[in-house]
Amino acid sequence: MLMTDDVTVTSPDVPAQKSTREIYLPPARKKITGGGTPHIVAKEFSIYYGEFEAVKKVSADILSKYVTAIIGPSGCGKSTFLRSINRMNDLIPNSHTTGSIFFDGADIYGRYTDEVLLRKKVGMVFQKPNPFPKSIFDNIAYGPRLHGVNDKKTLADIVERSLKKAALWSEVCDRLDKNALGLSGGQQQRLCVARTLAVEPEVLLLDEPTSALDPKATAKIEDLIQELRGSYTIMIVTHNMQQASRVSDYTMFFYEGMLVEHASTAQLFTNPRDSMTEDYITGRFS
Amino acid sequence: MNLGTRKLLDRSFTSVGIGSIVIMALALMVVLVPIVTNGLGAVFFTGTVEHRKMLLSEFNRGDSRELETAIASSDRYRAKVYEMLSGFESEMAAMTPERQDEYRPKYGQVKTAVQALLGPLPGDPEPMLTRFKYGQTRWEKAEEKLHDLLYETKWDNSDPNAMSKEYFANRSESFAGTSLVKLFPYVRENMSNMLLPEFTVYWGFITDSSVDSHIFGGIWPEIQGTFFLAVGAMLFAFPLGVIAAVYFTEYAKSGFFNSMLRSANSTLAGVPSIVFGMFGLAFFINTLKVSESKSVIAGSLTLAIMILPTIIRAAEEAILAVPKTYREASLSLGSTKWNTIATVILPAALPGILTGGVISLGRAAGETAPIIFTAAVSVGSAIGLADVFSSPTPALSWNIYNLASEHEAAAQIRHVQYGMVLALVSIVLLLNLSAIVLRARISKKLKG
Ligand SMILES: Nc1ncnc2c1ncn2[C@@H]1O[C@H](COP(=O)(O)OP(=O)(O)OP(=O)(O)O)[C@@H](O)[C@H]1O
Ligand SMILES: [Mg+2]
Repeated sequence: MLMTDDVTVTSPDVPAQKSTREIYLPPARKKITGGGTPHIVAKEFSIYYGEFEAVKKVSADILSKYVTAIIGPSGCGKSTFLRSINRMNDLIPNSHTTGSIFFDGADIYGRYTDEVLLRKKVGMVFQKPNPFPKSIFDNIAYGPRLHGVNDKKTLADIVERSLKKAALWSEVCDRLDKNALGLSGGQQQRLCVARTLAVEPEVLLLDEPTSALDPKATAKIEDLIQELRGSYTIMIVTHNMQQASRVSDYTMFFYEGMLVEHASTAQLFTNPRDSMTEDYITGRFS
Repeated sequence: MNLGTRKLLDRSFTSVGIGSIVIMALALMVVLVPIVTNGLGAVFFTGTVEHRKMLLSEFNRGDSRELETAIASSDRYRAKVYEMLSGFESEMAAMTPERQDEYRPKYGQVKTAVQALLGPLPGDPEPMLTRFKYGQTRWEKAEEKLHDLLYETKWDNSDPNAMSKEYFANRSESFAGTSLVKLFPYVRENMSNMLLPEFTVYWGFITDSSVDSHIFGGIWPEIQGTFFLAVGAMLFAFPLGVIAAVYFTEYAKSGFFNSMLRSANSTLAGVPSIVFGMFGLAFFINTLKVSESKSVIAGSLTLAIMILPTIIRAAEEAILAVPKTYREASLSLGSTKWNTIATVILPAALPGILTGGVISLGRAAGETAPIIFTAAVSVGSAIGLADVFSSPTPALSWNIYNLASEHEAAAQIRHVQYGMVLALVSIVLLLNLSAIVLRARISKKLKG
């Protein structure tokens, strides 16, 4: 089902450019019911680090239950935009925003917004797996405990359910009390996904979740995203064009802080409107 | 730089490094070896029957039946000595007044020496001070006293151009022709029969309180006082220090006020400890009046102020060393800042924080200057936990100084002093060791 780069290698007589286009065709996917409404809406939204405008006047609708990929060259503001959705940029001193960005109709940067509640609903998985130096069980149970679940049985249920959703249960069910740092990188990253899912968020933000993983672990995470698609609104930052085309329904292309193009993945990869997008996806610059 | 010079430099740097470590190790040996050997002498030594007598009547310890037989046997040999003394006294009474005057001071010296060696003479009134109730309890001290009995210390001033020289004159010569000459060889030959030396293990040195300002007994009040002071200091300084470190690392904005606070903290770390002592007296006792005069609580508070900067520094470093990713992970799960600190940051920083804490505890246990004016007394019994708010306490660090410099019989009780030093060094080393073990344990748990 997954397409790979091998196509270009195995058919050398086909012009490279043409074949590159073909690989990017997204695969057929299951139909999504009950989604498709704007979940996150940005309006003229900018983020500054001091004087520097890292994200420039972005306006976009992110649809619920679909997977949206964010692509663009390094330093174009992908992470900055993603992190602003659950206000992780608050940790960076001197950062501020203008314009607005709404989650379920409420202004994320509004004066009365509770960022702690927001982060509960908008979960995030980071580039490098970052489990706590605690047991596997405690890692998953950390969020639920935080939000008031203390009953042992309920916690055990949540842990099992989350690990199963993250396709990790079979690998770790017999060592839940072992330290999470003993897992492999790919397992750790799925653990982080499970940890985020345990809080039952509505949105899942993934910032280059596979960049630290080998191809096998990457495939597992991608399969996982397919599993979760339709249940969560998912946004994934990636440098891997194939990955974007494989996992996403919509793609946003950022360039130097600006949102250049935002379209369905099939359209963006087969028939980009902007020449810059075309240059980027065909690898003319990166 | 070419390869040859680089290698030469490398090699010479290595040898200088190794050299300095060797020198340090040697210095440590020079310090530790006498401390350990002499300190152990307070517990393991050759004790005399006088030591057993003392233990029985002061601490009610030992087998009284066995002791009675021992005393009876030693008394048989001592009786001869006393007989000779009284024999000489009657001989002296029959002398001409001039000869009496000549012998009386010399005889007085002999009598004192015998008293020091064997304890009060029969028929003497019960001495007021405990130190005079017993003869020499330690064999090596008894040998010194025997020397005092056998020889008179004299100074040779014959050469006016040289420093006068010390020499020993045989006492038996001054009593030539009298009945007392027999006393000296007798005592020398029957020392062990009169004192019954045997190898003694006196664990009571650690658990007994002192008798007659450390002439006899142990150092428990000092150990306990040190423990109270150090633990008390930790009770104040540790929570305060951790809270301050959390404030500095997590809440403080970079501003004038906070940079002032930071430099105040660094300055505090460099203040000499005697200044803290004076401050403790002026502030805790005279101003705040936490107690009427010296007390454990005042000393603990003073020590707490002294170790606070170290604890803050260690905790700050430990907190800053916690990876940023833990914080991000916790916050992204919908944790509040405070919750993140309490459930993720502090547990991950715990090894470093605890190490700083235990090292500070060791420092609090060892410092003398801050407690001189606020908590320490040279002699006293172990205080109860309820008295810490009102009573001062003896403490190892202060008593080591006191015994070495101010005690009237300092030379007599060197073994006690060394014992205290060994106890203090052991406590501090033990604390540091436990810090290392603790750190390793927790780090291992965190790393999985
Ligand atoms: N904490 C910060 N302070 C100041 N500038 C920052 C900070 N973080 C990022 N930037 C700048 O903001 C811009 C966007 O950064 P961002 O991390 O969002 O890029 P990115 O698209 O995620 O890049 P990459 O693909 O390399 O991860 C960059 O120019 C970067 O230098
Ligand atoms: Mg990034």
